[in-house]
Parts: sequence; C-alpha cells; structure tokens
Amino acid sequence: MDNYVSVFIDGKPIAVPAGTSVLKAADMAGVRIPRLCFLKGIHEEGNCRVCVVKIEGQRGLKPSCRTIVTDGMSIITDNKEIYDSVSTNLEMLAGNHKFECWKCSRETSCEFLDLLRRFSVDNRFSEDGYKHKEIRINDTSKAIVIDSSKCVMCGRCVSACEKYTGLGILNFNQRGSKTFVGPAQFHSLEDAGCIYCGKCIQSCPTGAIHEKDEIKSLERVFRDKSKTVVVQVAPAVRAALGEEFGYKIGSNVEGQMFAALKALGIHEIIDTNFAADLTIMEEGTEFINRLKNGGVLPMFTSCSPGWINYIETYYPEYLDNLSTCKSPQQMAGALIKTYYSDKLGVKPQDIVSVSIMPCIAKKAEARRPEMGRENYRDVDIVLTTRELARLIRHRGIAFAELEPIKPFGKLAEYTGAAPIFGATGGVMEAALRTVTEILEGHSTPVEFTEVRGLDDIKEATYKVAGIDVNVAVVHGGRAIKTFLEMMKKGEKQYHFVEFMGCTGGCVNGGGQPIINAYTQEKVDVRALRAKVLYNIDANTPFRKSHESEAIKAIYTDFLGEPNSHKAHELLHTSYEKRGFYSK
Amino acid sequence: MSLKINITEEKIARLFEVMEKNKRKPGPLMPTLHEAQKIFGCIPIEVQKIIAKELNESVAKINGVVTFYGNFSIEPKGETIINVCLGTACYVRGSQSVLDAFADELHLKPGETSEDGKFTLQSTRCIGACGLAPIFTVNEAVYGNSSVSKVKEILAKIL
Repeated sequence: MDNYVSVFIDGKPIAVPAGTSVLKAADMAGVRIPRLCFLKGIHEEGNCRVCVVKIEGQRGLKPSCRTIVTDGMSIITDNKEIYDSVSTNLEMLAGNHKFECWKCSRETSCEFLDLLRRFSVDNRFSEDGYKHKEIRINDTSKAIVIDSSKCVMCGRCVSACEKYTGLGILNFNQRGSKTFVGPAQFHSLEDAGCIYCGKCIQSCPTGAIHEKDEIKSLERVFRDKSKTVVVQVAPAVRAALGEEFGYKIGSNVEGQMFAALKALGIHEIIDTNFAADLTIMEEGTEFINRLKNGGVLPMFTSCSPGWINYIETYYPEYLDNLSTCKSPQQMAGALIKTYYSDKLGVKPQDIVSVSIMPCIAKKAEARRPEMGRENYRDVDIVLTTRELARLIRHRGIAFAELEPIKPFGKLAEYTGAAPIFGATGGVMEAALRTVTEILEGHSTPVEFTEVRGLDDIKEATYKVAGIDVNVAVVHGGRAIKTFLEMMKKGEKQYHFVEFMGCTGGCVNGGGQPIINAYTQEKVDVRALRAKVLYNIDANTPFRKSHESEAIKAIYTDFLGEPNSHKAHELLHTSYEKRGFYSK
Repeated sequence: MSLKINITEEKIARLFEVMEKNKRKPGPLMPTLHEAQKIFGCIPIEVQKIIAKELNESVAKINGVVTFYGNFSIEPKGETIINVCLGTACYVRGSQSVLDAFADELHLKPGETSEDGKFTLQSTRCIGACGLAPIFTVNEAVYGNSSVSKVKEILAKIL
C-alpha cells in the first residue's frame, strides 16, 4: 500500500492513491463536492473557488481540485464557512450573468443553474435587472454564437479549444470587469481560423457559447403551408438524442426519433444513412480509380466538415488529397432537391430541406456557396441534436412514450456500413468493406476491427488485390496535426486516411447533448454512443453499402454509375485555401 | 482615432531579429511584445499575427496578453506619452488635478491621443515611486513632487 495514503473525508477514512486531488478523493468516497470551472484533463486551474474545502490544520479554504492529498489529511467538505463562501462566490457570478433561462440553449444542462439551485443563491446584485457589464454578442459566424452576458469566466472553453483542437481560437480579451472571451478583439469566428468543432460549446457550463439557433427558421417554415418539409437525420443523432429525455448514455432511440419528427408535422423523413451508403459508392470508386490510375495518394476522406475547415485553413497543400465527395448531408440535400423532388412532384423551390446533425460545422457547410444550384440551397436548415430535442420539448411531445416507427420512402433504407460513419474508423471500415470486395472480385470479410476504437491515430495494412494498402484513421484537431506532421516527415506511403474533426467522430460532435463535467469524468461518452452504432451495424441484414437495393435503384434510375457525370455534378465538390485574421 | 499604423518591411525585419534572439530563451513572448511595442508604437492584429506564427502561439492568446497589460496597446500612441499616476499615494496628494491640468493644456481626455500624433495622455496605476508622489512620466522620464505649475513648466519645454 506504498502508493496509497489515508485521508478522512468528513470524518470517514478512505485510502486513495498518492497524488490524488482532494476533489477526486471525495468523488471516490461518494461525496460530491460542487464544482464549476473544473473539467477533468481539460481545465484544472482552480479559478472558480466553488470547490473549496476546509483542511484541518490549514488556514482558510482550499480549492479541492488543486489540492493534493497527504497522509492523514482531514478534509471537511461542508460547514457554514464553506457554504457561505461558495454561496457568496456564486452570488457574485450571478450578479454578472444575464438570466433569460427560458430562451437559453442550455435549458436542461446548465451547470451554473444547478449550482445556484443547490445553494439556493439570492440574486441581490442584479435584482433590478442586468446592468453590470457590457454585453458583447459575437454573432457574425455561420455556426457559433458567443454571448458574454452569460459567461462566468471559468475558462473551460479556452482550454477546451487549446487542448482538443490545438488551435487556441478562443482566449480572454482585456482584463478586470471588461474581460470577455472570444477570438482576438471581437473578430468574427468566421475569419479567426475556427473549424466549428463545437468543443467550446460542450465545455461551457452555461449558455455563453452556443450554436446559431435555427429552431425559429424551422418554425417559420412550419407556418408556411406552401412548403414541403423534408428532413434527414444523421446516424449519430439516434445514439444520443435519448440523453436529452433522461435515457442512459448509449441508448438507441431511432424509432422514437422518427416518431417525434412525425409528431412535429414533418412531411417526409429520410435517413442520412442512405447518403452514407452512397458516399461509400462514390468515395470507394474514387479511391479505386486513384489507386489504379496513379492518382494523388493518400486519399483523405471528406465527410467531416470540421476536418474540411481544418485542412482548408491549416494544410491547404494537401487539398488535392481530399476526396471530392460531398459529405453525406450534402449528398442527401442534393438528391432531395433533384431526384426526390421529382418523385414527390414538388418544385425544388417549394421543398425545405432540413437536416438534424450532431455537428456545428454542418451549419456552415450547408451555407457554402457551392452547395446548391439555381438559387436554392441543397440543405436549407440544419438543427443540432440539441436543437431537435428543444423543439420536441417545446411542443410538449412526450418523447419516451412515443411508439417507435420506421421512416418511409426509398431514401431511408441503409446497410450496416452507414450508421458506423458516426464513429471514428467507421467511414474507413465501411469503405474497406466495399473497396476490398470490388478489387478482389469476391466476397471479403465484413469487419475491420483494427480501425475501430478510440486511439487518436489508428493504422492498419490490408493486402488487397496484391497491394499492401496502408490505411490510417485520425480524429480530433490535435491528432490531425500530429498525423500530418508525421506523414510529412515520414517515409511511409499511406493510401487511404480517414479524418474527423471531433475526437470520437460524430457521436461526440459539437451538436450532441451536453454531458456535465462530472459525468464526462466518469464515463467515456464516445465509446458508449459508438457502441449503439456498431450494434445497429451488427443487426442489419446487409452490411456492405453496395449490397443495398436502394443504392442499386438510385444508380439505375437516376445517377447511372458511381462517379458518372451526373454523380459528379450532384455529389462531388471542390475545396479552397482559406486564411484567417485576413479581414 | 485615425492615426495610421506604419508597418514597414524594415520594422518587420527588426521584429524578426528580436524574435530570433528571444526564441532561444524560455518565455519568449513578453520580451518580444515589449520590443514590438517599441518598434511599431503599438501591437495591432497584423503584428500579433506575425508574432503568433513565429512563436507558435495562437493569435487569440497573443491578443489576450496584449490587451491584459496596460503598457501594450493595439492602437498607435503619440510620440510623447504622458502617464499620470492615480495610485493611492499619488491620488491623495492631488494627482487628479495634475491629470486635469494635462487634459486642459493638451485638450485631451485621459486615454486619448492628439490628432497630430504628438501626445498621448494616460492615467496609470501605481508605478512604485510613492515617496515622490504625486508623480507623472513623460515617455521614460519620471517627474516627482509634481503640481499643476510643474505641468505647465514641463509642457512649455516640450511643446
């Protein structure tokens, strides 16, 4: 027991590993010390003074997240001194917080509000209305809004941006009462090099950073009876939406999700999974062509718009390596406004194409000028998983009581290769299932488990038609940089690399339900949600994209063959180099 | 304020020299910013971008440091910078009237720069010369035991 020390937490003895923080030791003892700025592994600065405890024999109160246990330490987590101190700190924060909870994006997940409730804090400093600091709302980007009036200056977003993406887009500006968080000098995020991964949003304990709200746009559409609303839902949404309604993390709510969309009055529901299968046909064919005809290798996947933002801004020298395939969202959007509008007999201008995405960057992607034609957009409105949940709640739909339904129509069928797009390694595995079979000319294995899992960079080599094909899977901004620098210097010839802007892939996208800091520390949300998608895959009759009847039908009826002229026109795109702080 | 920031090739070259020297030492940011403030007279985004790239830091972080410290500025300042200390000791010995005298004489409010780019008037926190209170500084020269008449005397010399 050399590496263990004995401490007393509120009088109860417990042995914890040496080097443990008091906060962690209390967690181990089942005592939940309140916390605000602490986010395990991301922000452990001890600047909020909400987690303070009394250590016997020491003067004053100590921040438990920054205090390391020593043998025999006696820790008091709750007495009048602590309670008064924390209440006062919270009340001062409340005095600088604009309360408009009914409008706030964080209606069920506000860690700050939870603390105010726990301490039943008075709000004397702003009883007669908000007037304490200049409100700065940075609303100039296509996807993220920063609202300083709700900021509690904890610094979690600043650290999250630095640690998850390595980009450090956010920081503190000014000092003292004038301090505000954002890019330098209130610059637009659009031109600050932000990739819209949304990790700042998921780290914020309040509603100070949120996605650009498009619920109202959708509600306006509902009121316009001349419009037909077609909704597509991304694979990762069904693996997380339930969390907003009290389901355990890792619950598959696909059926209820479609039922809820129907209850909202959506006319046509399709599944982005269909477009994922289509992506494999297009991207797989593109890869085979590059491999056979000496095209640019390695080929990089192009499904994650966060990653696209990253490479366009920071590694434009590799743009030729990117697959020209649009992301599944945009492929589905293009088909909705062409193929599907024909089927429905509705003019594309009268269709409102809505997508439900686990992603912040998808909002900006849908607004790229090349993503549409003849004065209409392929995707008009993008809601995040959280926004969909809010809309469902606002309409009083009892989600848990809904009878599960299946979506209707050809563009809702999918194979097992599609849902796994939502997890890191999934796009690669789905592509390998189809590519190996086409190249080998006979049936090949279904599962490529080497590319699964949560290691930042995964590599594997598969012998396909006599060639050693080197693949890699990379997720999260930091790992992207590490990998590209390694690739630049190294000798190894990669053939195919999957990149995703978010660590864990779409299941952990910036638009997914927000998990509080305490739970984030306890469980790996990425693994639990990914399991849902792999389970769907394992239980689907067809697990390879090219086996899908719906895919075969759309090529026969409409597109011709993969990478045909028509497919290129609708399903492929181009990229361009971008600067930052250029305006 | 419409003073033009003058970012010449020559000044950028000097900045690179400074960074080259500082990069070899731990904590290169602060000394680099001090020099940049001297070279350009301010540290606007354009200069922050150069420093960020060279020192491998984000622009937002550099800006965070620049806007945190009162002695760095993102807008150009006058050739002559007058700082009046409003720290406790100076204040109780009447530095507010010294600041007001400067404001009257130069037709500037604290924090402003004259349109011809000659003067910037600022108030500052304690600069640690309380024994000489009230004090003000003109660029790097410190004037202690100051008074309204001393303000006029000094201004007469430099105007």
